[in-house]
Amino acid sequence: MSEAEVKMVLPENAFEKLPEDEKNNEFIAMKSRSYFQDVWFQYKKNKLAMVSLVFIIIMILMAIFMPMFSRYSYEAQDLANPNALPSAAHWFGTDKFGRDIFIRIMYGARISLSVGFAAAAINLVIGIVWGGMCGYIGGRFDMILMRIVDIIYSVPTLLYVILIMLIFGSNMFSVLLAICISSWVGLARQVRAQVMSQKEQEYALAAKVLGASDMRILFRHLVKNSIGPIIVNTTLMVPSAIFTEAFLSFVGIGISIPMASWGTMANEAKNMLFSAPLQMVWPVSAICLTMLALNFIGDGLNQALDPKKRSR
Amino acid sequence: MSEKPILSVRNLKTYFDVTKGLFSKKQIVKAVDDVSFDVMPNETFGLVGESGCGKTTLGRTIVKLYDPVEGSIEFMGKDIANLKGAELKAYRKDMQMIFQDPYASLNPRMTVGEIIKEPMIIHNIYNTDAEREERVVELLRIVGLKPDHIRRYPAEFSGGQRQRIGIARALAVNPKFIVCDEPISALDVSIQAQVINLLENIQKEMGLSYLFIAHDLSMVKHISDKIGVMYLGHMVEMGKSEDVYHRPLHPYTTALLSAIPIPDPDVAKAKSRILLEGEIPSPINPPAGCPFSTRCPKATERCHKEMPQPIEVGGRMVACHLYER
Repeated sequence: MSEAEVKMVLPENAFEKLPEDEKNNEFIAMKSRSYFQDVWFQYKKNKLAMVSLVFIIIMILMAIFMPMFSRYSYEAQDLANPNALPSAAHWFGTDKFGRDIFIRIMYGARISLSVGFAAAAINLVIGIVWGGMCGYIGGRFDMILMRIVDIIYSVPTLLYVILIMLIFGSNMFSVLLAICISSWVGLARQVRAQVMSQKEQEYALAAKVLGASDMRILFRHLVKNSIGPIIVNTTLMVPSAIFTEAFLSFVGIGISIPMASWGTMANEAKNMLFSAPLQMVWPVSAICLTMLALNFIGDGLNQALDPKKRSR
Repeated sequence: MSEKPILSVRNLKTYFDVTKGLFSKKQIVKAVDDVSFDVMPNETFGLVGESGCGKTTLGRTIVKLYDPVEGSIEFMGKDIANLKGAELKAYRKDMQMIFQDPYASLNPRMTVGEIIKEPMIIHNIYNTDAEREERVVELLRIVGLKPDHIRRYPAEFSGGQRQRIGIARALAVNPKFIVCDEPISALDVSIQAQVINLLENIQKEMGLSYLFIAHDLSMVKHISDKIGVMYLGHMVEMGKSEDVYHRPLHPYTTALLSAIPIPDPDVAKAKSRILLEGEIPSPINPPAGCPFSTRCPKATERCHKEMPQPIEVGGRMVACHLYER
């Protein structure tokens, strides 16, 4: 085709010059968000999870500050005023010894929440280190450590919980030990699976070629990239630890009286179930609401962290 | 030859144990089997072959991601096959790698700045973060990205841009040698040319040597000074890229070359394509004799029994019985 022919097929005014400002095609308009900014952005969209988060934060603040400023204490008895119904003086009423139930619930929240979060934190650390090393090193080392995990997993939890309680006595430390000794294995398995799938990725190989130490590759690269499911799992561990503590206290091998735990309070209230049923309602609803809220938070995080589960 | 090679690989063997279970028969994949070649300073050595022929394993053995079973890798006059600890770290500073998949080779949780800075932190190249930052900006400029990209995450970039980030990361430690493991095969054709030109410019400016791995012979011919053709873990032919491309000796190279599409239908019709029969044999259970004998159109009785040794024919190397006298 000659130039004249081209001009006939394509008249000169068929094309227009692109304005200068549209030529900048390398420009990225969207604001850059870090991983956690993005997660928070997604999390905020979930109303139920936001309400739950606010609930738990209020609960934590109340558990910390209420007992400081209250005129009642968890153990002070007022035998002249037992089994009182809720009133302005005693918001949730009093129990059979005349102790203020509201403040006891707050003390119970202290124990429950600290047991829950401490157990989750301990599990997180042990799970990441154990599972991370297994997944990263692999081979015989992995074989031996994972068989230990299997053994721990196969012993009934209640069995060594009772043994621990017998040996260390009924206190917060032994409750924590009893919860942690078995629940980290699930997390360790998960971390191991994540690390194993990540370590063959090219970015991990690239870090190795760059001369990064094994510790750096494992924690800076592999664990950092598997943090999503790990966080979800850890969040869901909090309610299960709270439940275990309440259960142990209820059957009488957890926190011992007169310390107030939601479990012990429910236990004490069960004798009064027919004469003062409200006394049972308070600790049980405290357990229920807390567990629900924490589960909703876990759910919300799960959605926010996993792009596949996001709703548009 | 007056110049000494920067990288000299001799009889390199990398095997993997793929035995499953405790009691089954021992199975070994001979991914790289008895490979030797030299790379001169400022030169590009192209490595081609079909998927699974061991070219990536060879590249990864050279950067010490895998340990060789036997043989030597001499880098600047020093055998690095069994380096450990501090010496290995020093070697990693001189020998870098560019990866195949620009989507998988950058940590998605790190910003571009953090990714490029990491090698400098590992090797303690600069003292302050400001100096590192300055260097990152300079590197971004070299690879054709903008300074304001430094705070962004890899997910915000296209494949070609990410490959540039990967190149900047490899350059951060001022290496002398870069193994490019199919750096362009995951990219669009139009972007491939850009990345190739970038690699060539960097080579000229910084005096680098490349080991360029690819399965696209025409692209390799364009960038390489020498080409090595691999088949089933063996180097079957090696020589100057012009020679190998225009006058292939080994039947496998001939078949590979005939598979290159030609952008002219008339020429393409006239050209006869050599179609290879069958699949590439399993490297667990390689055929006796010449590894290519099962698919070779010119195979003789001898090829099925005897392994051809590399011989020199007209200044290049070929491992084939057809050229023995």
